[in-house]
Amino acid sequence: MSQDIVIAGVGGQGTVLASRIIAEAAILANQPVFTSETIGMAQREGCVTSNVRIGEPLYGAVIPDGKADVLIGFELAETVRLLPKLKPGGTVIANATKIVPVSVATGKSVYNEAQLSEYLNEWPGSCYIFDASRLAEEAGSFKAVNIVMLGALSTLPDLLFTSEQLLEAILAMVPPKTTEINKKAFLAGRQALGGS
Amino acid sequence: MTKKKLLMGNEAIARGAVEAGVKVAAAYPGTPSSEVFSTLARFAKEYGYYAEWSVNEKVALEVAAGAAYAGARAIVSMKQVGLNVAADPLMTLAYIGIKGGLVIVVADDPGPHSSQNEQDTRKFAQFAKLPVFDPSTPQEAKDMTIAAFELSEQTKLPVILRPTTRVCHVCQDVVMEEVPKKDQAFVFEKDPSWVIFPSLAYQKHIWLNEMQEEIAAAFNYSPFNKLVLKNRTGVVTSGVSYNYVREALAQLGQEVSLLKVGTPYPLPEKPVLELLRNVDRLIVIEEQEPVVEDQIIKIAWKNKLNHSISGKNDKLVPREGELNVDKVRAILAGFLGVEDKTTAEQSPPPPLPARNPVLCAGCPHRASFFAAKEAVKGKPAVFAGDIGCYTLGVAPPLNAMDTCLCMGASVTIASGLSKVESGVKHLAFLGDSTFFHTGLAGLVNAVYNNADITLVVLDNSTTAMTGHQPHPGLPCTATGVNDKVISIAEVCRALGISLVKEVDPYNLAEAVDAVREAVDFTGPAVVIMKRECVSLVKPAKICWVTDKCVGCKVCMNKLGCPALVPAGEKVIIGATCTGCGVCRQVCPADAIEEVAK
Repeated sequence: MSQDIVIAGVGGQGTVLASRIIAEAAILANQPVFTSETIGMAQREGCVTSNVRIGEPLYGAVIPDGKADVLIGFELAETVRLLPKLKPGGTVIANATKIVPVSVATGKSVYNEAQLSEYLNEWPGSCYIFDASRLAEEAGSFKAVNIVMLGALSTLPDLLFTSEQLLEAILAMVPPKTTEINKKAFLAGRQALGGS
Repeated sequence: MTKKKLLMGNEAIARGAVEAGVKVAAAYPGTPSSEVFSTLARFAKEYGYYAEWSVNEKVALEVAAGAAYAGARAIVSMKQVGLNVAADPLMTLAYIGIKGGLVIVVADDPGPHSSQNEQDTRKFAQFAKLPVFDPSTPQEAKDMTIAAFELSEQTKLPVILRPTTRVCHVCQDVVMEEVPKKDQAFVFEKDPSWVIFPSLAYQKHIWLNEMQEEIAAAFNYSPFNKLVLKNRTGVVTSGVSYNYVREALAQLGQEVSLLKVGTPYPLPEKPVLELLRNVDRLIVIEEQEPVVEDQIIKIAWKNKLNHSISGKNDKLVPREGELNVDKVRAILAGFLGVEDKTTAEQSPPPPLPARNPVLCAGCPHRASFFAAKEAVKGKPAVFAGDIGCYTLGVAPPLNAMDTCLCMGASVTIASGLSKVESGVKHLAFLGDSTFFHTGLAGLVNAVYNNADITLVVLDNSTTAMTGHQPHPGLPCTATGVNDKVISIAEVCRALGISLVKEVDPYNLAEAVDAVREAVDFTGPAVVIMKRECVSLVKPAKICWVTDKCVGCKVCMNKLGCPALVPAGEKVIIGATCTGCGVCRQVCPADAIEEVAK
């Protein structure tokens, strides 16, 4: 059995750390794993994508179109942008927050929040949209949005790793002084999807 | 139980070098190669080898070669365009050879994701007549690194390892082996064969040409080349394309006779001939140049085999950009004559906002570019740019870059322009690390030939774009303390440049005045914009918009800082603000204040 998770976001939101954490959880669960991340120029506020592929058969690290089981979107427009990666009936976990790019601020392009939300809500599979950025701030730092999203992910059924393994991977990989914030962020993400 | 660890491809290469007993590592950073060396630097003390960030790739290769002359194992890493800088030593090192294993890691960037071109290092290896390995996964990259050291010592030739972005920046659970403990003393044995000379070059060239056949023959039995015969249709693939081919075949439910190539140059004949003799036609699927394909066509021609060989030559496989499973599946479906069942069509999404990378919130380069533009307002001027984060200065609304070519070319392109364009001010912009890399030689040239240019050094005290590596202008090296910090301003003065200014770009008025003075000066002048990269400092304050905001949006439209966000008719400042205060200085309504964080 294999599982493909794609993460969409904006450079600086912590997508790279999120995919590494999932991969470490997969290793804790004795599963083979690949990740592929956007590193380089796009990390300066550009579109970034992380791919995580777990289990067998495992071919390459980059998920083909229409094959991802789960899409985790850290930002509204970026979630919509990567929707073609999701398989029919796949699950979307999306942060409702928008990050307005400079192109929109300077009038070179448009960000139609209502249209994008509506389009996402029409997705014919499970689709959870919630304000993860607010939950991260409430947990102690806007930077913990990646951990909130992982908390939400951990509530999905049939993952190839347990939520305990995911939390263990998080705590092993974040700076020790942020442990409490990240524990809170993880729990907030779980609760957002009805977990505890 | 074997120990496995999640490693990025670049970390896996570094681990391979450590397990192979590397003694010297040198590099200049460049995406997607940088983490090879930063990982090696991290473990240098623990495993007892020498590691240095060199000022450029030519220097790095020569330092590594020197160590290999004495018999030590050495590794050097760079991105594809870095090999152009190192081409001079590389081409002759192939003639001279080495004693200790020398592995040259050159990371290619098909796409490109973070590069100025898509050159194929396998082609460069062929040109330099050096063997090259092409890994498909981090695990294979690690195994190939060890094999490359061994091959290098057997053949006395440097060996190239050419990972691509999708190996470098892919993480995998990689098997960790023991690191052997060996204390060795190395001695350089003097011999005329270390001194290249026309007559020796001719002799060595004959030897090098003979080696090509010898290495190709050795690669006949390499575990990195794998042939699986299934039917009369053949597919040959190299590097990461192997992963795409396997997955695409699985998606299409098809089988073929598959040759995976891990050593694209010199291509071994045996597996190729075995495939050719068992198939009627074949397609070669490789990224970038037809390196494997052209060699297969040659092998078929030499052996009078009249196969149909598809790939780049009949335009079935693109030469530009990155391949992926979806592209390869479409290619294979066409080649095999089967239907490519694409997934259910979704309705097209609403228009998505363009999100190109931009300078970070509070980036000092934004202030520098803004100040330079203000300084030349009303005067015709050309801004020659360079390679680094600051290349992003090209984006609107700054539009502060008119040329960008390669590392160090800002000074020299501006110099060339200044010799033919009259009545125009020529400004060059480069970073502190680029200054030491290749900018310095161009500046010496500008002084020597009295070019009327202004060089603006965007000194953010790091090599930011590639992940904050040190350079000779900083008090640290790759592994420790540097007590011989080289001051860029002092270097410029020592070159005889009489106008050298150091200013803080966050102080816009001062920065504008400094650039204005430099531009009005006849002959080469230098302005050093000194302010640490925002990613390296914890902001002490933030800016906020008071109710004096008149909604003119001058701050947003002039600076394009991502922390400035429209909120109805007005502007608000988001959480990414670093309190640089530059927007406060451009606000015509005095509506922005700085407050402690």
